[in-house]
Amino acid sequence: MSNYDKSMALTGQPPKALNTGQKLATLLGMSGLGILTLALFNINFPNKGLWLTVSLSAIFIGVFWFSQAAYASKLKGIKNDGVWFKSVSSRGLWGWMAGIALTGFYIALYFYPQYLGLVKDGENTGVIALFDPLSRLLSGNPASQWFVYGTLYTVAILAFGIKFIWKYRHNRYEKIRTVSVMFFQTAFAFLIPEIMARLNGKIPYYDLKNMWPLNYYNFERYRINGFIDSGDIGMAMLIFGILSIFLISPILTFKYGKRWYCSWVCGCGALAETAGDSFRHLSDKSKMAWKVERWVVHSVVVFVTLMTTAVIYSYLGNDTSKYWLTKSVFLSGVALILTTVFVWVMLYKREQLQKDAKYGAIGYFVIIMALIGLHFFSGDGNIFLFKSETLRKTYGFLIGSIFSGVIGTGFYPIFGNRVWCRFGCPMAAILGFQQRLFSRFRITTNGGQCISCGNCSTYCEMGIDVRAYAQKGENIVRSSCVGCGICSAVCPRGVLKLENGPQKGRINPTEVLLGNNVDLMNLVNQK
Amino acid sequence: MEHIVIIGNGISGVTAARHIRKNSDKKITIVSTETDYFFSRTALMYVYMGHMKFEHTQPYENWFWKKNRIHLVKGYVEKVEHAGKNLILKNGEKIAYDKLIIATGSKPNKFGWPGQDLKGVQGLYSKQDLDALEESAPNKNICKYAVIVGGGLIGIELAEMLRSRDIPVTFLVRETSFWNGVLPKGESQMLNEHIAEHHIDLRLETNLVEILADENGHVRAVTTDRGDTIECNMVGLTAGVSPNIDFLKDSGIELGRGVKVNRYLETNVSDIYAIGDCAEQHEAIGNRRPIEAVWYTGRMMGETVAQTICGNKMKYNPGHWFNSAKFLDIEYQTYGWVFSERGMKENEQHFHWRHSKELICITVAFDKETGLFLGINTFGIRMRHEIFDRWLTEKRSVEYVMKHLADANFDPEFYANYEQEITSKFNSDFGKSIASKKKSLKRIFAIG
Repeated sequence: MSNYDKSMALTGQPPKALNTGQKLATLLGMSGLGILTLALFNINFPNKGLWLTVSLSAIFIGVFWFSQAAYASKLKGIKNDGVWFKSVSSRGLWGWMAGIALTGFYIALYFYPQYLGLVKDGENTGVIALFDPLSRLLSGNPASQWFVYGTLYTVAILAFGIKFIWKYRHNRYEKIRTVSVMFFQTAFAFLIPEIMARLNGKIPYYDLKNMWPLNYYNFERYRINGFIDSGDIGMAMLIFGILSIFLISPILTFKYGKRWYCSWVCGCGALAETAGDSFRHLSDKSKMAWKVERWVVHSVVVFVTLMTTAVIYSYLGNDTSKYWLTKSVFLSGVALILTTVFVWVMLYKREQLQKDAKYGAIGYFVIIMALIGLHFFSGDGNIFLFKSETLRKTYGFLIGSIFSGVIGTGFYPIFGNRVWCRFGCPMAAILGFQQRLFSRFRITTNGGQCISCGNCSTYCEMGIDVRAYAQKGENIVRSSCVGCGICSAVCPRGVLKLENGPQKGRINPTEVLLGNNVDLMNLVNQK
Repeated sequence: MEHIVIIGNGISGVTAARHIRKNSDKKITIVSTETDYFFSRTALMYVYMGHMKFEHTQPYENWFWKKNRIHLVKGYVEKVEHAGKNLILKNGEKIAYDKLIIATGSKPNKFGWPGQDLKGVQGLYSKQDLDALEESAPNKNICKYAVIVGGGLIGIELAEMLRSRDIPVTFLVRETSFWNGVLPKGESQMLNEHIAEHHIDLRLETNLVEILADENGHVRAVTTDRGDTIECNMVGLTAGVSPNIDFLKDSGIELGRGVKVNRYLETNVSDIYAIGDCAEQHEAIGNRRPIEAVWYTGRMMGETVAQTICGNKMKYNPGHWFNSAKFLDIEYQTYGWVFSERGMKENEQHFHWRHSKELICITVAFDKETGLFLGINTFGIRMRHEIFDRWLTEKRSVEYVMKHLADANFDPEFYANYEQEITSKFNSDFGKSIASKKKSLKRIFAIG
């Protein structure tokens, strides 16, 4: 290894050096965070509305100014100079510090909101109190830790969304996609639920773009009651929630791949693509990581299916005369849906499954069916071996909090920006399953043009070894692909294109690439 | 078991090894002195610029080689003894082979300039060159100024690399316009402008005369044939490459500029083959050069020679020419043949279109008598390889290509389309009235 400059200077030589504008912008943004930190330590700001505005504006303008200083004077094009030299984006000191700070924030958020200033029956204190005026303005209620989180989350997506657009201003796909996630976060996740709460107090908080199993709690008893109690609008939302899963998302995923959700609509995706963009290259591309991913994410799907089934089961009755949906009817329905999917895959798509996928599918199918069967064999026994409440709590803690929040976002600077989406998100797994087997979406490899440089794989946030396919002239059809389009953007030779097209020829393994002897290609590729 | 030994672990050698493994159970050994594992040479620039770490340039994980029983030897081959079928390594080790594939690639050209071997003077080809660059140009304080000699693809990449660290660069180019030995003038002119936009001091029609040393034997300055002396700490020699075959000088293997091979990639010595940059065809194939120092051709030769070695004797018979590159921010693709004004064939006519604001242009070459489409160069627009390959095979006319240009577009979704504009320029240039057709998935994917 050569002995080039490895100085510990925080802002060293170009390309990792920050220019004056970037430094001042960082200072401004940090001062905004500083106000929040002071509030956290119970510095009582007199005019909370004003200080909150100052703080959020400083953060927003800081990021905006930073982006302007970084990109405005440069020609449009790929802006990855120095990514692996900068401490924050290459698991250096700043990267670890950012990771630890974020993780700490998430732990407080999920498990110790009182340290953020949440007071159950009384006036909030600390940083949550600082957000009270904004919360009252929107919903009429005092702020909660979730309101603080939602506001910061939205500000981050908007500010870093602008940064992302600036960075990729030569790329219309990226620009439009980013405007889309910024819109869905602001309108659907942030504003509409708060306003709905103001209009109709009974209605449960509902981010309409969130569907089961991402909002694994959607069919819990209190929410179902909430929907039913708030009249037509509540019923409409409940029906929409069910249609999203069984109708809307399959159609859209068939037409466009799971990107319609994961990188165009989803809030987790929105944060990953904007604030997390500087960490996308940190995802693990090894084959081992892919294997772990498949097992973990599909196990989460099984877990959430069991948990939700158990929860709904727990509050349904047995008497058909009272309500048509009884425990038995419900379980039979679940069994029917799962069997249909299982049989369809095993009959028509089995040649597309890897060996371990087949074993996994069969194994999990048998387990779920056995558990459902317990109900019918044992009468009204304690099905699923655990109490539904225990399952729900465990899922909420392990998956909902630890995985999606603490690890998923807190570890951005260490494991990359899509750890949750890749290893944990059951929604992504379900959409991915469909994307792999039943969709028009693919990333087309442009004949023989790949030079194996590795930019695509390096910048794939989902850890897909894109190059492994491209250098074989093979299209990329992977269940985990969220369609962010960055592999195509960073490709220096125009090899990759995200597109929707006929299913025939979508998966096209080749050994000899286009451009060589036609006879040889025919000989080798037609095996 | 037959032992196949490959010298060189670049794209050609590794492709050959992979395909031999797929088709046989032969013992395979790759000898290389450059690196432990195969990496993508074309990606070295991204390591210096901080887009990737060196390990990211390695297309296969390290377990791949053992799993596929491809034995890797790090060593420098000093001699090939074809009589006894032995390689002699620098450390004295002997490797016996049954069949030998020479895939040693290229080395940067040095044309006997005074001072060309000084410290701080280098080409950009190997991993060692990258390491050397990190030594002599780690940052703009140590390397206050750099001069690049030779205006080709590697030269402009090196310029981009140095500029990413804010190092001022002067770029000496022999030609009257950047790369105009290969590109038609409209394209070359657009690149001149883009180079200037990146604050690279491009000096056309300027040749290196001498490289001057300081008291430590390190480069201090260069002089040009314009009479200038340019102070600098680093000189990049990027005036092309030539086959890396010095170790074969007295081996009995027939050499020209490269290792002479026939269409089966066989040398004059039986059981010895040569592929990739270092191979030289006795006679050029079509419009191709006898030595093709291109990633893609290296890969194709690897694919082909593997067939021959596995008992399915096959000619190296590449299909339609294609290539690609990236000049700073502008991507370039070419399909078929488009020659520069200098190399233009007698019957070749060009149609050129350039965007009024953006740095986007295309040149289409066609036969002025028959209207046969010959090839296309595109800058800032991606095109679909399969479509152009198909059109070339089908011997389509230039009018057909103009009409269906939208089918060939490979830009990301939502990008602005220029087909209408291009076609109307074509119509007005040549007095035609072609109406461009909308993109059709049916035609693109050849269904129905």
